[in-house]
Amino acid sequence: MITLSTPARIRRSLLLVLGFLTIVLLGAPAAQASPALPQAQTASSVQASEFDNRIGGVLRGADGPIADVTVTATGDGFEGEATSGPNGAWSIGVPEQGTYEVAIDEDTLPEGITLAEGQENPRQVTFANTSSATTLFLFGEGIVTQQTPFLETLAERALAGFSFGLLLALSAVGLSLIFGTTGLTNFAHGEMVTLGAVLAFAFAGAGLPIAAAVVLAVLGGGLLGYVQDAGLWKPLRRRGTGLVPMMIVSIGLALALRYIIQFFFGGATQQLPGSQSEIIDLGSVSISRNNLISLIVSLVIILAVAFLLLRTRIGKATRAVADNPALAAASGIDVDRVIRIVWVVGGMLAALGGILWAYYRPGVSYNMGQQILLLIFAGVTLGGLGTVFGALVGSIIVGLFVEISTIWLEADLKYVGALLIMILVLLFRPQGILGRRERIG
Amino acid sequence: MDFGNILVNAFGELISPTTAAYALAALGLAVHFGYSGLLNFGQAGFMAVGAYGYAISTLSFNAPLPVAVLVALLASVVFAIVLGIPTLRLRADYLAIVTIAAAEIIRYIVTTNGLTDITGSANGLAAFEGGFFDLNPFPPGTYNIGPLGMNERDFWIRIVGWTVVVLACLVVWLLMRSPWGRVLKGIREDENAVRSLGKNVYAYKMQALVIGGVLGSLAGIIFTLPRGAVQPANYATELTFFLYTCLLLGGMATVLGPVIGAMIFWVVLSLTQGLLYGAIEVGAITFLSNSQAGQLRYILVGVALMLLMVFRPQGVLGNKKELAFA
Repeated sequence: MITLSTPARIRRSLLLVLGFLTIVLLGAPAAQASPALPQAQTASSVQASEFDNRIGGVLRGADGPIADVTVTATGDGFEGEATSGPNGAWSIGVPEQGTYEVAIDEDTLPEGITLAEGQENPRQVTFANTSSATTLFLFGEGIVTQQTPFLETLAERALAGFSFGLLLALSAVGLSLIFGTTGLTNFAHGEMVTLGAVLAFAFAGAGLPIAAAVVLAVLGGGLLGYVQDAGLWKPLRRRGTGLVPMMIVSIGLALALRYIIQFFFGGATQQLPGSQSEIIDLGSVSISRNNLISLIVSLVIILAVAFLLLRTRIGKATRAVADNPALAAASGIDVDRVIRIVWVVGGMLAALGGILWAYYRPGVSYNMGQQILLLIFAGVTLGGLGTVFGALVGSIIVGLFVEISTIWLEADLKYVGALLIMILVLLFRPQGILGRRERIG
Repeated sequence: MDFGNILVNAFGELISPTTAAYALAALGLAVHFGYSGLLNFGQAGFMAVGAYGYAISTLSFNAPLPVAVLVALLASVVFAIVLGIPTLRLRADYLAIVTIAAAEIIRYIVTTNGLTDITGSANGLAAFEGGFFDLNPFPPGTYNIGPLGMNERDFWIRIVGWTVVVLACLVVWLLMRSPWGRVLKGIREDENAVRSLGKNVYAYKMQALVIGGVLGSLAGIIFTLPRGAVQPANYATELTFFLYTCLLLGGMATVLGPVIGAMIFWVVLSLTQGLLYGAIEVGAITFLSNSQAGQLRYILVGVALMLLMVFRPQGVLGNKKELAFA
């Protein structure tokens, strides 16, 4: 690539990006009124408005939200009370960000609904440097723990893990393509994932059917990829910026995007329509309907991407650029155009991955992409940085490992295993499973 | 809007123990990234190791203060070595991914419910700072630094924090002008050239990783003492990224750069908060809520990090020839 451009040019495009950000920010008041705002506000009692800090949550049973339940918070000589609204949300305003004892009045629970086993009541809730603290009470009706045969559990976890791995692969393939063609380790990929889910939530909230919302959100993800490359990465490439500085720029971009999303979306976790789905039995294993749909959707999309890469001209050009950009340019391939397409496709795949991730967790929040970013990295590194099919294989291994490890590990440690595996693989086979053996140290 | 108050608050940030902790951790990153070219994205992990090492040895084992500090530092040495063995032979981007993953592993482990008895899981640990404040030689009363009044506890933690920062700067300065430091800079510039001179590059990198990590763990202790609590949510990856912002602000291959960078970072955050909140209060800004104003500041941090990296990668004090990358 030739670096002939003047600093002024870069400055201009950066100003463009900044201008874009400013417009987005100033557009805030208009967007605020739109449906993206948390339901908690409508349901909060008078209490909540007195103070800036609040403790809240949503009460939800198997059949939907639970209304008219009294919740109290006590601590530091303060006592507050709230009743859950029709959507199950409750919120108590508290004077200080401290530790409070939160109790649910079990007498006010509707008949037939009790707290699930092991749910502390009352419980301690502590603020972690934010103005809101959330606590969730889980409900169940006489939950009986059943001993299922080990093989069945394993098969079930493996199926869920396969589904999770494929949704990881959607984002990982995009990241890997971008790395392969530009050498950039993109830390802002997690925010591209978040954006997909947030856009889908916003469009669905605006009254669109969920299918249309998903399509629009995926297009929005592609647009973000396009804008990023046109406004930021291409000028930096032309300037000849090194890979490490570009990586740090991507971190800055990740921070900026994450807080822009929080600026509009707020800190609460929201649900996409249809986030609670029934369990479907497939022979001896069962899987939730959403997970099954997610599995099928990601499988189809990944097969389509694989077809594009292997069979079409543009796919071949992409692989050529990933292999050797200079040689590709010399043989008449428009490298910048290929990279632009890779960014758009990567953005679309990440957005779709984000929507599926929102159903898998379930929930949409401003930092959901950040939570999954390291797993995407783990998948990509496991498979071999820059190899598309390596990213697919690596992601599926990570997904399987995360889900299967929950049989033995505590659920809150399930990501640790995947990250450890990545470190161990780097120790023994640094180029990854499908990576070519080249000097990487 | 009370400009005097806003300025006093900003001055308070200049000398606050959190700023001292950021300066110290960023100095550790300067040793890693600025002087050795090691892209450590896990400094938050080192800080967590320090903070938890100190808190757990105090609370679970009743260790006296010097022992607790020693345990915290040793824990970070072990963490650095465990981290260094698989990664120091790898390319910069692999090192970045592995270190950020290792820091997250630490955070997941201290958050897990299975270890609540030791780590306090998501709520963290508290009430371990007694030993430190028992050493306070200053009698109770009000102490003034410039326009800022504070009690003897706040005064003591500031004195100790900034003394540690000054000593650490001195040590790093002496190290980097020693033959050892010259080899380290040589590794940053051209690893193969140094290797061909018969130096053990791997060992030098490992030593640099350990020294920077120890500084990070000291920073973790200083960060956590004035709060009297250590919580896993404070040690997420954002912390590392803020530290990089401080480092790049000041200048990455300098001794005083990280300190000045941390000061600028916190003063600017405090000033923007004061001005935005003030403007909201008097009604000059109506389209922002207080929490949105807070998020706006962090959007600015991200944008600042990008602009710095693109237009002035050497920071305020740095020399463009001394960048860890060309």
